[in-house]
Amino acid sequence: MPKLLEVENLRTQFHTTEGTVKAVDGITYEVSEGETVAIVGESGCGKSVGAMSILRLIPNPPGEIVEGSRIVFGGQDILAMSDAEIRHVRGGQISMVFQEPMTSLNPVLTIGLQLTETMMLHLGLGQSEADRRAVELLGMVGIGEPERRLKQYPHHFSGGMRQRVMIALALSCNPRLIIADEPTTALDVTIQAQILELMRNLTKQMGVALIVITHNLGVVARYAERVIVMYAGRIVESGTADQVYHHPHHPYTIGLLNSVPRMDVRRGKRLVPIEGQPPDLTRLDGGCSYRPRCRWAVDACARSFPALETVGDGQIAACFRAHELQLDEASTA
Amino acid sequence: MNAPAAAPEPAAGGGIARGETILEVRNLRKYFPVTEGLVFQKTVGNVKAVDGVSFDIRKGETLGLVGESGCGKTTTGRCVLQLDRPTSGEVVFEGVNLEQLSNQELTPWRRKVQVIFQDPYSSLNPRMKVGSILGEPMRVHGIEPDPNRRKQRVAELLGVCGLPAKFADRYPHEMSGGQRQRVGIARALCLNPDFIICDEAVSALDVSIQAQVINLLEDLREEFDLTYLFIAHDLSVVHHLCDRVAVMYLGKIVELAESDELFDNPLHPYTRALLSAVPIPDPRVEAERAHQTLKGEVPSPLNPPPGCVFHPRCTLAVDGCRGALPELRELRPGHWVACTEVS
Repeated sequence: MPKLLEVENLRTQFHTTEGTVKAVDGITYEVSEGETVAIVGESGCGKSVGAMSILRLIPNPPGEIVEGSRIVFGGQDILAMSDAEIRHVRGGQISMVFQEPMTSLNPVLTIGLQLTETMMLHLGLGQSEADRRAVELLGMVGIGEPERRLKQYPHHFSGGMRQRVMIALALSCNPRLIIADEPTTALDVTIQAQILELMRNLTKQMGVALIVITHNLGVVARYAERVIVMYAGRIVESGTADQVYHHPHHPYTIGLLNSVPRMDVRRGKRLVPIEGQPPDLTRLDGGCSYRPRCRWAVDACARSFPALETVGDGQIAACFRAHELQLDEASTA
Repeated sequence: MNAPAAAPEPAAGGGIARGETILEVRNLRKYFPVTEGLVFQKTVGNVKAVDGVSFDIRKGETLGLVGESGCGKTTTGRCVLQLDRPTSGEVVFEGVNLEQLSNQELTPWRRKVQVIFQDPYSSLNPRMKVGSILGEPMRVHGIEPDPNRRKQRVAELLGVCGLPAKFADRYPHEMSGGQRQRVGIARALCLNPDFIICDEAVSALDVSIQAQVINLLEDLREEFDLTYLFIAHDLSVVHHLCDRVAVMYLGKIVELAESDELFDNPLHPYTRALLSAVPIPDPRVEAERAHQTLKGEVPSPLNPPPGCVFHPRCTLAVDGCRGALPELRELRPGHWVACTEVS
């Protein structure tokens, strides 16, 4: 598959009164055409900021994408674009689905207007053509009576229905990449299943690449082909879903997998949590940021941050002891 | 009201042995009126948030109450706490019907039943130090009148919940979400309760911190002989933590069973769909699972469907489901299901 997106040494920082927050601290990854990639991690690990940086949606000040970062989308250098050029990419070739379907639609405009405006702008359609396509899109995302619904306002829609509208909006301009930031976190589990199923089918059908940002390890296991695990602004492990879940090599990945209760195993086993708290991103030292919580930490971990190394076929992990670690060790250690 | 000779007071230590019923909820209903008009308000309908819920909890066990937003699980918890007085039904705690007590008579009982809320950000007073948040209830209820002893007890409680004693001098905003939730747990413990309602107590926490708090709740249950009503929407957490689980849909319990039994053999069509919707964190298991997606959305509790409330979304529905409301039936020992079409 040809490469669609290349992110190279992306660093995004926020300058605050408390110091500089290194929200994203040198991440490198690629997304191929039509591929589904999940970025997982806990609050504050930089997964959202990393994705927002792709669309240059970081407010400056206080935010800044540091010199030396590179984002190339379909051969174009995103960071070198003028404001007019990036506006053309946003909502056009790359679109976004946000977590909050309540706040990401304009409450005083009808759904129809919000859908057609985008298409008239990006695709240069006329009003009647855009109207026709809006009806078609709402039907595609499973909203009944689309003609009537187009005249309604966001508050007439339930949370799940609003998220369907967001997906219709994201698909409306034939994007090549959709970035979905916690698309189902605000929804109930049966609605979450409907929405994720819908996104999977539509992106497959239309050959759109998808980056899903989530903290839910179950969602990743069900829907993603490739997984990137982030901790404190860096990528600590990445590989296929099967590699990351069944042969994790980074202590944080192992810790995460041991922390989640599983519905399909019988009760009685105690969870093995990761002790301690995630680090303060203004006070990172030169060593591995996971070191204080890691049960395998050695002296070398304090001296430098381990580079990402190949640990399997296409799987990488950033740990000095990555080759020694196995999942089942965690429960006996 | 004719005052009885003396309002019942809780017995010291509860007087309930492990395994005996500590809480009985009978036919609980809570309707919220919907009004119209600015000056002359008239009731135009009722939101039936909880509509005929019954269950028992035995001392020392954890009962899970699961369901999606708006199914009435939180309202059920608030009615047990008497934060909302039920429209009808009984809440019998340690043998005493709390519905028959006045607000004043309830005070000693409030000490016995405590709550841990979901949001560690909004459930702690931002202007109070942790020491006062934990010490104040002890003073009000006269548990520890001496300020020095109270301080000592606050330090002990913080230690029990895995926080250093110096946290007593901190304000809530100086702590992380996980630490705040530990303070919320310490506050629930400070009056030596017998029974704690955990309302989405771990839902706002990140996975690694969530596991720490789940383990803490399990340890406290053993150490202080506690009984939990665990209200949550995360089925994996409920399965892990609860002995028995009740599934709610639109104000009613549709299924109730031992935790492993419910997750291995769900019988009600709603429970089946709900469990199938929960993704399991293992790509190999997910690749082999059959996924059944539930069509449509939950109807409004203002105007619930007649008969079985689930019938408009149900794959098994027959004509009879539109007529009579199905009763909970015991289809296997201890496994109760409100559906006429399964056996």
